[in-house]
Amino acid sequence: MIESTRFGEYGGCFVPETLMAALEELEDGFRTIVPGTAFQQEMDYYLHEYAGRKTPLTFCRNLSRDLGCRVYLKREDLLHSGAHKLNNALGQALLARCMGKRRIIAETGAGQHGVATAIAGAALGMKVEVYMGEEDIARQALNVARMRMLGASVLPVRSGSRTLKDAINEALRDWVANVRDTHYLIGSVVGPHPFPTLVRDFQTVIGRETRAQVLEKEGRLPDAIVACVGGGSNAIGMFTPFLGDRTQLFGAEAGGEGPGGRHGATLCRGRPGVLHGTYTYLIQDAFGQILESHSVSAGLDYPGVGPEHSYLMDKGRVTYREVTDDEAVDSFLYLSRTEGIIPALESAHAVSLARSIAPDLRNDDILIVNLSGRGDKDVSQVAALAGDRL
Amino acid sequence: MTTRIGRAFLARTRPLLVACLVAGDPDIRESLAMIREVERAGADIIEVVMPFSDPVADGPVMQQAIQRALSAGMNTDSLFSLIRDFRSESETPLVLLTYANPVVQRGIGAFYRDAARAGADGVAVADVPLEEAEPFCTAARDAGIDPILFVSQTTSDTRLERIVEKAGGFLYLVAALGVTGVRGNVDPATIECIRRIKGISPLPVVPGFGISSSHQVQAYSQAGADGVIVGSVIVKEVGDRVGRPGEMRSAVREMVRALVADMV
Ligand SMILES: Cc1ncc(COP(=O)(O)O)c(C=O)c1O
Repeated sequence: MIESTRFGEYGGCFVPETLMAALEELEDGFRTIVPGTAFQQEMDYYLHEYAGRKTPLTFCRNLSRDLGCRVYLKREDLLHSGAHKLNNALGQALLARCMGKRRIIAETGAGQHGVATAIAGAALGMKVEVYMGEEDIARQALNVARMRMLGASVLPVRSGSRTLKDAINEALRDWVANVRDTHYLIGSVVGPHPFPTLVRDFQTVIGRETRAQVLEKEGRLPDAIVACVGGGSNAIGMFTPFLGDRTQLFGAEAGGEGPGGRHGATLCRGRPGVLHGTYTYLIQDAFGQILESHSVSAGLDYPGVGPEHSYLMDKGRVTYREVTDDEAVDSFLYLSRTEGIIPALESAHAVSLARSIAPDLRNDDILIVNLSGRGDKDVSQVAALAGDRL
Repeated sequence: MTTRIGRAFLARTRPLLVACLVAGDPDIRESLAMIREVERAGADIIEVVMPFSDPVADGPVMQQAIQRALSAGMNTDSLFSLIRDFRSESETPLVLLTYANPVVQRGIGAFYRDAARAGADGVAVADVPLEEAEPFCTAARDAGIDPILFVSQTTSDTRLERIVEKAGGFLYLVAALGVTGVRGNVDPATIECIRRIKGISPLPVVPGFGISSSHQVQAYSQAGADGVIVGSVIVKEVGDRVGRPGEMRSAVREMVRALVADMV
């Protein structure tokens, strides 16, 4: 029986009994295989030689001048595949291979995690099948093509709202039926234990590097760090090494249409409940039916959030704020023009929140923004939305 | 204290048929009529599914039924009034199957008290395994409800023993690795699992998921099962006849009669 890891009252493993054996096996692999030298050496090779770590911590001269403090970007946009998702995909795929699994399934919304999993599958010689809502397949044609080119199959999901949450439902259903030879490679710090911990540990490389880099460049810790929060993996990966420090931590959620409108701001506007195997803040009605979320960025369009974020919010360690669709698009263009870096729409939420907290910082204060991904995938969408601002 | 469920298994002279419907399918009023049909056709225990927006343990047939019920406005309040209406005219045992979140949102204690007051005898929560079961089982026992827990072929013996300690009413054996649906085949691993559980558990063992044929009923009851749970084939009769309530009722009645005839 799993002694389930909770984050305060959040987390747990709310899954059908049929899945418990698989979770126990995964937890065992996580505890015994991952810390071993052989695994760590393999991981090191894939992260550094293959994926291009470590990623730079760029001091941004123009942003610093404009925002009135010392601004750095952690450049996950420069990682192979164009987003932080690959850190986790490589880690889990490697673990799955060590555990003797031959098939990997994944869910994807925008397609970023699907692409990262397809890459990891190709690199490690494993078969990959990705569940994706029909709505999202239509919206994200470029990433669908990338996944297929990389040799993965994309399985359309026609149930429910035909988006990310339904893709997770379908992946869980597949896993229940195929637990013996299949690993479910979940894309964020969500889902039943041990996933929130496992994915966090694979993403913490972001924060570890950042901490060492800022200490080397500045000789001190940052005053504030900002990251966007969808499921919360890039944010938790960045925050974890700083949790014991005095650095202020900020999470940017999808405010969508703004007050009164549709949104993906699970922590800012939701209530705790159980979805996809975990007890965490959710967007739901009074009876506990899950409602559809909305965000201009597909990667933040999810009605749940990682349970550790629920805990960090209740504890007051991390401050979560909403950023609207319009503000995100505005900051997408702002960063592109100010620094010549086109951010993912998800990451543009973090840039926007950084711009709104900067006035509270002094000239020599250090502000770090986790740039979780690059914006190539969003260019045509933003071009259509930006209209005459282009 | 023995509930209606316990008494039904004690009194049984053949395997019991647990017949399953989705509450609020095809709509809230017609749903009560469906439950009555199933009961009159001879089902020994009625299982009512509380619809949830994200039913990860269910296959397409149940998913569509759940969608119909939610679209018709089904919620936890109307679930309990449906059960109350049924209970006002019947003593047939009733099991409520739900996912965790509707229970958690009402408050676990309040959910079980309301279920008991409405007339439910047992509650099974599809996404609550042993690890999370404690508060649910305690609330169930406090309210006089049987806490029905799941077991499967992947459940180890030590785990099984702990599940048996906590569970009440019967053990819900997930008879196929996978989701609910119409399958029809006998899974040898399930046969093996029934024998294994019978060696450990004093509680009745009832397989469900993918059961629709007399062949399966026979194989599982010979292995020692105390009944079978049949869902998707019945629910499919509803889904195939939306908008034709007369035909729907007679199709459901015929299906349940045929299933009862197989319970030998
Ligand atoms: C670039 C990028 N950033 C952020 C996210 C949000 O995920 P998480 O909150 O798990 O980092 C995504 C998800 O697709 C993404 O592609």
